Amino acid sequence: MMTGTAGPGGAGASSAAAIETHELRKEFGRIVALAGLTMTVPRGEVFGFLGPNGAGKTTAVKLLLGLSRPTTGDGLVLGAPLGDVGARRRVGYLPELFRYQGWMTAREVLGLHCELAGLPRPEWATEIQSALDLVGLADRAESRTETYSKGMQQRLGLGVALLGRPELVVLDEPTSALDPVGRQDVRRIIAALRDRGTTVFLNSHLLTEVERVCDRVAIVDHGRVVSELAMADLSRERGVGIRLTGLDGLGRDVAARYGTARADGEWLQVDGIADADVPGLIRELVGRGGQIHAVVPTRHSLEERFLALLGAPPDPAADPAARGGAGAEDEARSGRR
Amino acid sequence: MNGFRAIGIVARLTLREAVRRRLLWALAGLTVLIVVLTWWGFGRIAEASPIAGPVEILGVSQVTVMLAFMFSFVLAMTAVFAGSPAIGPEIESGLLLAVLARPIRRADVLIGRWLGLASVLVAYALVAGYLELGAVDLATGYTASDSLQAPWYLAGEALVLLTLAIVLSTRIASVAGGAVAVVAYGLAWMAGVMGGVGEAFNNDVLRDAGIVSRWLVPSDVLWRGAAGALTPPESILSAGGIAEPGLYRFSPFSGAAPSPEWLAWCLIWVAAMLGLGILLLRRREV
Repeated sequence: MMTGTAGPGGAGASSAAAIETHELRKEFGRIVALAGLTMTVPRGEVFGFLGPNGAGKTTAVKLLLGLSRPTTGDGLVLGAPLGDVGARRRVGYLPELFRYQGWMTAREVLGLHCELAGLPRPEWATEIQSALDLVGLADRAESRTETYSKGMQQRLGLGVALLGRPELVVLDEPTSALDPVGRQDVRRIIAALRDRGTTVFLNSHLLTEVERVCDRVAIVDHGRVVSELAMADLSRERGVGIRLTGLDGLGRDVAARYGTARADGEWLQVDGIADADVPGLIRELVGRGGQIHAVVPTRHSLEERFLALLGAPPDPAADPAARGGAGAEDEARSGRR
Repeated sequence: MNGFRAIGIVARLTLREAVRRRLLWALAGLTVLIVVLTWWGFGRIAEASPIAGPVEILGVSQVTVMLAFMFSFVLAMTAVFAGSPAIGPEIESGLLLAVLARPIRRADVLIGRWLGLASVLVAYALVAGYLELGAVDLATGYTASDSLQAPWYLAGEALVLLTLAIVLSTRIASVAGGAVAVVAYGLAWMAGVMGGVGEAFNNDVLRDAGIVSRWLVPSDVLWRGAAGALTPPESILSAGGIAEPGLYRFSPFSGAAPSPEWLAWCLIWVAAMLGLGILLLRRREV
């Protein structure tokens, strides 16, 4: 949902949004880290924030949380201006690069953050135990965090971010140090957060992870949002891959009348074609002397869209058969929602 | 969150860290060692020459002042080593990221860190200082009339250096900040000596340099207060002594109680430096 309307502080500002930014810009000397970020994150959604390294993702997160000040532009987080101390009580944050006091145990770290978050003291014990159970650290709760692996630190960070049932949870690369089991746990936790109406702002470059859990994504490059799309729309962008011989360029010309056609060796990829039109296309190709070896329904992955937007060449390993077949990507789609 | 509450959380966290990282235990162990050595050493002096006449009293007082100087140096270094990594390394390691994302202001973090470390230093200065004075008294029977003020001046000197180290830690790396604070401490002490020379010999340039250094880093003001408090009033090295007025400032191991104006400046300086630190921390990217 691109705004393009009045600034977030203006009359049109909607309290229904968890995050609204208007032309946020951040410069470090001559370096422009964020060139003008305008976006709206609806409440209750899992919002993926994607981009290549150096796109300004972490800078944007720090601006949203008031950890850094914008050079120009403004925004609202949970209806309050960026950096508002009171609003931070309702926000949970897992930083990308962080550590906790190594001399403290996990239980003590969680206790400290209960206190910092201003939670009522009688709730601490329940909150702490709930967080420890949720992130799978209950059996290491009394260990000093300096003895934790990076993955365990990340689990603890996630537990800290979820204390006090925040309305908005900002996760900056939450699975970067986790093994597959840990990643699955994080997906489960994010799904549970969505179910209880929490907004999740997920900053990640792991596209498969994002594709599995997000409702909506924004893709940033060079400090600007270059695309924003709902994952439901992406999954509807279907096509068909046809392994075809005997027609050379004629096959692509025929297919171009049904959708966007692209030839890649023996494979002919036709995007935007309606399911009902596929038999007609096949009949016409056969009628013109083409030999059909395979017909594979395909869907665009987030990675393909991402690479296309950034002008990167498509992955040669991702042929139509692979994209349409039962692989990791298919598993990714079935795992989402 | 209420600012005082937030400051209290950070200060208590700092105190817990000092206990867990065994800083308090190390200081306590050193204190016991030094107190025992002081009692033993002064006992040997008293054995060699009973402390009865003015010459012996002057001698014991000067050894006491030198002991206090060593203690002030230890306190200054402790303040610098504790204060230099207070802010900067915690930002660089990402430790403060999760804290600052909470409803807490950066000013609360800085003041809380200062308060926690200041509590440790003041407690150490007073407990160790009085124990050492007690050991001297026990061994020699000598106590300067104002000696009870000395540990407070030393604690104040440590707070000046702690404040400087913490403010520097908001902007520069801990090693560099610590080095700058140590050099500032040394220069302030040296400038105090030069200023005393200028005063004794009516050299305006040297005298003014000493005064300016006291304005910039008032640690020597407080050290001189401690030295003065440990010197017998009738001594030629005291402010009220028989020598030429001002001569007592010549020696780095002599001094006089700072004027109320200078004490006020020390308080203003600490407050102003903390204000500067807050400003610098607010502007720092984390």
